[in-house]
Amino acid sequence: MSTAANTNGTTPAAAAKPNPAAAVATWADERLGIATATKKQIRKVFPDHWSFMLGEIALWSFVILLLTGVFLTLWFKPSMGEVVYNGSYDQLRGIPMSEAYESTLHISFDVRAGLLMRQMHHWAAMLFIAAMLVHMMRVFLTGAFRKPRELNWVIGGVLILLGILEGFAGYSLPDDLLSGTGLRIADGLVKATPVLGSYMSFFMFGGEFPGDVIIPRLYIAHVLLIPGLLLALIAAHMLLLVYHKHTQWPGPGRTEENVVGYPMMPVYAAKAGGFFFIVFGTVALMGGLMTINPVWRFGPYNPSEVTAGSQPDWYMGIAEGLLRIMPGWETHIFGITLSWNIFLPGQVAPIALLMVVLAYPFIEQWVTGDKREHHLLQRPRNAPTRTAFLAAMISVYGLLWAAGGNDILATQFHLDLNTITYFMRGAIFVIPPLVFILTKRWCISLQRHDNDMLLHGYESGVIMRDAVGGYSEKHLPLSPDHAYTLTARERDEVYAGISGPDANGVPAKKLKLDGLRAKASQAWFATNVQKPTVEELEEGHHHAELEHEHDAPLEGHAADGHQFDGRHDVADESLRPSH
Amino acid sequence: MSAHDDHTPAVIEEPIANPGLPEHLPRPTDVDEAAAKRAERQVATLFGLSSVFAVLFCVAYFTLNIGDDPTVFLGLGASTVGLGACLGAALMCIGIGAIQWSRKLMSDHEIVEYRHPAASSEEDRAEAVASLMTGIEDSGIGRRPLVRNSLLGAMGFLGLPAIVALRDLGPLPGDKLAHTVWKKGMQVVQDVDGARIKPSDMEVGQLVNAEPAVFFPEGDQEAEYEGTALLQAKAKAAVILVRMNPDDLRNKRSANWGVEGILCFSKICTHVGCPISLWEQQTHHLLCPCHQSTFDLADAGKVVFGPAGRHLPQLPLAVDEEGYLIATSDFHEPVGPSYWERG
Ligand code: HEM
Ligand code: FES
Repeated sequence: MSTAANTNGTTPAAAAKPNPAAAVATWADERLGIATATKKQIRKVFPDHWSFMLGEIALWSFVILLLTGVFLTLWFKPSMGEVVYNGSYDQLRGIPMSEAYESTLHISFDVRAGLLMRQMHHWAAMLFIAAMLVHMMRVFLTGAFRKPRELNWVIGGVLILLGILEGFAGYSLPDDLLSGTGLRIADGLVKATPVLGSYMSFFMFGGEFPGDVIIPRLYIAHVLLIPGLLLALIAAHMLLLVYHKHTQWPGPGRTEENVVGYPMMPVYAAKAGGFFFIVFGTVALMGGLMTINPVWRFGPYNPSEVTAGSQPDWYMGIAEGLLRIMPGWETHIFGITLSWNIFLPGQVAPIALLMVVLAYPFIEQWVTGDKREHHLLQRPRNAPTRTAFLAAMISVYGLLWAAGGNDILATQFHLDLNTITYFMRGAIFVIPPLVFILTKRWCISLQRHDNDMLLHGYESGVIMRDAVGGYSEKHLPLSPDHAYTLTARERDEVYAGISGPDANGVPAKKLKLDGLRAKASQAWFATNVQKPTVEELEEGHHHAELEHEHDAPLEGHAADGHQFDGRHDVADESLRPSH
Repeated sequence: MSAHDDHTPAVIEEPIANPGLPEHLPRPTDVDEAAAKRAERQVATLFGLSSVFAVLFCVAYFTLNIGDDPTVFLGLGASTVGLGACLGAALMCIGIGAIQWSRKLMSDHEIVEYRHPAASSEEDRAEAVASLMTGIEDSGIGRRPLVRNSLLGAMGFLGLPAIVALRDLGPLPGDKLAHTVWKKGMQVVQDVDGARIKPSDMEVGQLVNAEPAVFFPEGDQEAEYEGTALLQAKAKAAVILVRMNPDDLRNKRSANWGVEGILCFSKICTHVGCPISLWEQQTHHLLCPCHQSTFDLADAGKVVFGPAGRHLPQLPLAVDEEGYLIATSDFHEPVGPSYWERG
């Protein structure tokens, strides 16, 4: 690279044909120093697993949202000014409506590819939030949020929140009957805020609901403010990912100190890049073939109308469910009104949920006392309490979601609406603990099963009859790679708490907290099954060998069982031993 | 365990030794030139198909109709379907081609890279802290609390302009939420066409969506409410009229506010403000479609089910000299969702 200096710029360094790509790279490096910045990144290693794709779906949906969103801005008019519709859609012609709604109809019926882009935008929004949610569950279940990645978890939590807000803002923009109803519900939620409710509502809507500023305000939030924040946070999320390097599943050759996989250039770039086109293509097909949010059917917003069975986008379902099953508690005292029925489910619950999500890694860390770095993922079964907690949360989510559609459940399945609601009110307290207990037991029995395989081998499916006529299934040892993978996990240590002479001089308050932590750690870990020790493994193998001797008469038999279980390459094995 | 507050990764004690990376197994395309050629052709075909679909997209753009009838094809517009299918296929072909390329033809040797702790080295830390301390020392902020405190104060006071500047986001609520456009003598009219209503127009069991007559200017009268103002007024003033059998009415005061069993209630749900629409004739129940609060109109609009915390406000009715239904006053309480100072 320094040859240019040697030649003094007058004679070419070598007679070789100048390579234009290299020339461009040199030009850029002299100004940007890209060689130093990228030398390590070009062949950066990314481990491979299907579940690592979920975050990628979210990322690519965001890119699609940016592209389709920009297309929509070219025609969309974020105004609540009244106009009379005069476009192609027959059934609404001559009807007064807001410019926002009119321009949405214009995009849908008079701009070629406009409806396609609107529908792609909406489908991508659904996919974006769904992918973030599932991605978050995978990070949770595998313990990928543990040190040093706690902050990336927090960023992820904020991303999901912003994604939902962005989706709600977008849903409100077309100013159709459904989106206006959604805004009205939001207005009701805001008004229920203690002390400031009506002021907040008037400031939001620029006066009384619906006013004429909410759409322009939401528009700027939707196309500039929130996407800007999302972009910045996504960038931070990715930078941290590169800095920490991706987690990987344990396996032969994979340790806490290394990362094994394919290089960014070319394999990962081709796979991830190709995957972008697949997600994009899928969204395009969905946008072309599946109707979503047909605003022309709902009509313009009219505060005295509503459609029966009105439903928000799916990600609002849990808030909707919570609002629906809340009993109508309201307190009237000293001339003021406290609407618990709205304030608790509409404001306290979402904030509490967000806090729990954001604080989770730190709570778990406090309980387990584990402050070491972790780069190998855990199988969900090996963290039974955490897995059971998520399962319980999923059941809460599912119940609330179902409650959010209680009218649809009632009409579809001919059930009584009130009964469903009463059922949900109870179920939300009863079912999650049951799910928790069941999942935890299930994880533990899976852990036992793993140990059985390590100690006694796997069930080969070969049934043997012994001399006395009894039947037994032949167990065969695991392959070394598989056996290693099963044992590549940590032993859990229950935190015992400060006691004995150590406790002297520790303030009482701290001791109490410490006792709580010891109890929590006990509940967290105590019932987990630990992997076998070296001695136990040897014992197990010894036992298996004895059994094998017992099998001796099988020698010369057609098959030893390996051939049938699909865990073995049988290409050059002959089933019949040659005589 | 708390002793492990270090930056080193967790150490996994291994009852079985790590067997090390498995040997690389060649793929058919690594050893068989014909297989590799085949994969190459597949990838190129996919990329080629993508170009074809991109061109087809343009053909669809210029040939297929959009507009008037969105239900031409599969319940969707032909144009939307054609464009979506072509765009989707063009993108998919690139995606599948690229992935096929990476799986079949690019090297699939796994590479090992070493990790480093996220934390900086001790020396780096010490250096950073030392630099920071020097910086702080040079500024003299520790030695001159007056400067520090007045600066903190100034920063704090900057919050005031930031908040005050937002004051004009909207007017103060005043008592606007407590009143609607209803007043003594205002006719109650059909919400579709503004037709006036006589008690005899309604049958027992019937529900009519109604509005105040002021929303429907007569002849070439100047409209009093238009655009935003109309929407705002409507958002509070929308009502429903129901005619029930007077014997079924269980609340005397409520019955007295009606005319011949015709009662008038606010249409705005007291939960979070959806317009209520589902009327169950037999039970006299009115159900909100948003979160299913149910109000018993025969019992002064009492909540019988759901998350709403208060009854539906009732509008007292009478008939004017021509025999049309009118209000005798505004609502006696605020309509719609609750708020702090509502009382
Ligand atoms: C990151 C996340 C985003 C989400 C979740 C999202 C979501 C939505 C949703 C659900 C709608 C309603 C679509 C419909 O009419 O059915 C919408 C509308 C809209 N979005 Fe986005 N959006 C996002 C980003 C963007 C960006 C970055 C832009 C522009 C730069 C944008 C521009 C628009 C416009 C102009 C509309 C109104 C047009 C219409 O409704 O037809 N969006 N958005
Ligand atoms: S708005 Fe009527 S029940 Fe919620």
